[in-house]
Amino acid sequence: MTYDLATIAPELFLLVSAMALLMLGAFRQGNPTGLVLSLATVATVITFVLVWLQPTARELAFGGLFVRDGFGNFMKGLILVGSSVSLIMAWRFIERENMSRFEFPVLMLFATVGMMMMVSANDLISLYIGLELQSLSLYVIAAFRRDTLRSTESGLKYFVLGALSSGMLLYGSSLVYGFAGTTNFNTLAEILQQAAQAGEAPSIGLIVGVVFVMAGLAFKVGGVPFHMWTPDVYEGAPTPVTAFFASAPKIAAMALFARVLMGPFAELVAQWQQVVVAISLLSMVLGALAAISQTNIKRLMAYSSIGHVGYALIGLAAGTEAGVRGLAVYMAIYLFMNLGTFAVILCMRQKDRMVENIDDLRGLSRTHPLMALAMGIFMFSMAGIPPLAGFFSKLYVFLAAIEAQLYTLAVVGVLSSVVGAFYYLRIVKLMYFDEPAESFDQPFGREMSLIMGAAGAITLLFFVFPSPIVSGAEAAAASLLAAAG
Amino acid sequence: MLEIGLSHYLSVAAILFTLGIFGIFLNRKNVIVILMSIELMLLAVNINLVAFSTHLNDLVGQVFAMFVLTVAAAEAAIGLAILVIYFRNRGSIAVEDINMMKG
Repeated sequence: MTYDLATIAPELFLLVSAMALLMLGAFRQGNPTGLVLSLATVATVITFVLVWLQPTARELAFGGLFVRDGFGNFMKGLILVGSSVSLIMAWRFIERENMSRFEFPVLMLFATVGMMMMVSANDLISLYIGLELQSLSLYVIAAFRRDTLRSTESGLKYFVLGALSSGMLLYGSSLVYGFAGTTNFNTLAEILQQAAQAGEAPSIGLIVGVVFVMAGLAFKVGGVPFHMWTPDVYEGAPTPVTAFFASAPKIAAMALFARVLMGPFAELVAQWQQVVVAISLLSMVLGALAAISQTNIKRLMAYSSIGHVGYALIGLAAGTEAGVRGLAVYMAIYLFMNLGTFAVILCMRQKDRMVENIDDLRGLSRTHPLMALAMGIFMFSMAGIPPLAGFFSKLYVFLAAIEAQLYTLAVVGVLSSVVGAFYYLRIVKLMYFDEPAESFDQPFGREMSLIMGAAGAITLLFFVFPSPIVSGAEAAAASLLAAAG
Repeated sequence: MLEIGLSHYLSVAAILFTLGIFGIFLNRKNVIVILMSIELMLLAVNINLVAFSTHLNDLVGQVFAMFVLTVAAAEAAIGLAILVIYFRNRGSIAVEDINMMKG
């Protein structure tokens, strides 16, 4: 039993600290939000170190419900970076925007624990529990500015569509359980392998179940045609929450998607590949086209994230080790570009109010040259211009697609990234070639400059030192595939 | 005499699940109806799980159903809480009034 607890040490630590912070917030006199928020940030950083220290050897815990492996550790590291940076971005924001309540950081921590459980799920039951722990916390923090209509509306929409997707995922799980006779991922993989060796076709009920599970997961990653919640939730939620939504839960859901498809259902690749290809194609095209007409920058980032999900899914559609490596690299680079961009968006304040229109960035290069430079780097990188990081992330997934002979996917991917470049470069044009609009409020806070600087440096210098991300992703992909094979 | 077997339970569950999905998409009146539809979907899943569990002579399905029940209760509580704060801001919970953000 002690053995099991060592395996889940990072999750355990984060969960216990979340509950301790909840008690601290409830019983401390005065407004404890600042203290709880800083301690929550520290807790995520410590959890990151704990994940870092975990061995990468594959290890099952709690009767096969939970798995710790290199893939999980890599993805958990990314998730924790996303959560801790989002918490840091919230420091000033929640004071200024009248949402200074200590439940906010506590809920962020609970959501993060849920994501870590999702990434490490090795059974349909633990998958569902992790997913719901994440989703239920996220519904609440989307609606956290309870005095504004937009935030509550986004929370309501997220709740309804999220509950629908959980229902579909569950219905699929029940069919998989019924037709395969087990919920454990390892046993599922064995049963399917034996059936394939005996030359039996998988039962229709099982395939229907897998498709339902995939629909549920596609909702969570926000892939077309299950993306409808994304723009509204991104626009309505408070901005640090949007930054959080765009980073950590996306990575967790994507990792879960990869673990489910490459693990238990690896034998059904012929069946699920078509579905993933379709979601990926539609997401790339819609992400590129629908973003063009947007005027709100958070909404633009929502469509941009839909497009990025499409590109990342190319790696999964390939169904190979190179594909999973591409997916892991893509999510890592996407995380840094995204956090940097949201740091810039959080600095868009005029007369002590948040502004969210793309036009407010006009002439930024003259009023705030460094911020414009950082934003320019992120936009060029998201458009996939070499030698920035975003180019390499796309390169890895496209190469995997070509190796797996998914030529359509690669060609559509390149074309839609050309279309997508239009709206990214439009922002650069606004910042550098238009007459300045009203200047943004100073100061932004040192932590914002630090986040922008660090994310910008990682995006800019990735091609010089690609090895930490790429070799990490390589080991992650190898460990995921080793478990399946 | 008609023997009630696995397929009957699965059919009932499938019908309930479909009703739940249609309840969410075709409903133009009230968000409370959406919450009820979500419950309907989850209960359909529970029927499935318990029926399979008996059929397979395996307890995991019933354990899963207990977890689903617990989470469904938490989900309904959070859904109603969000609905209440939404109502405070908007003064209405008609589905057609949830239209502030579009595009």
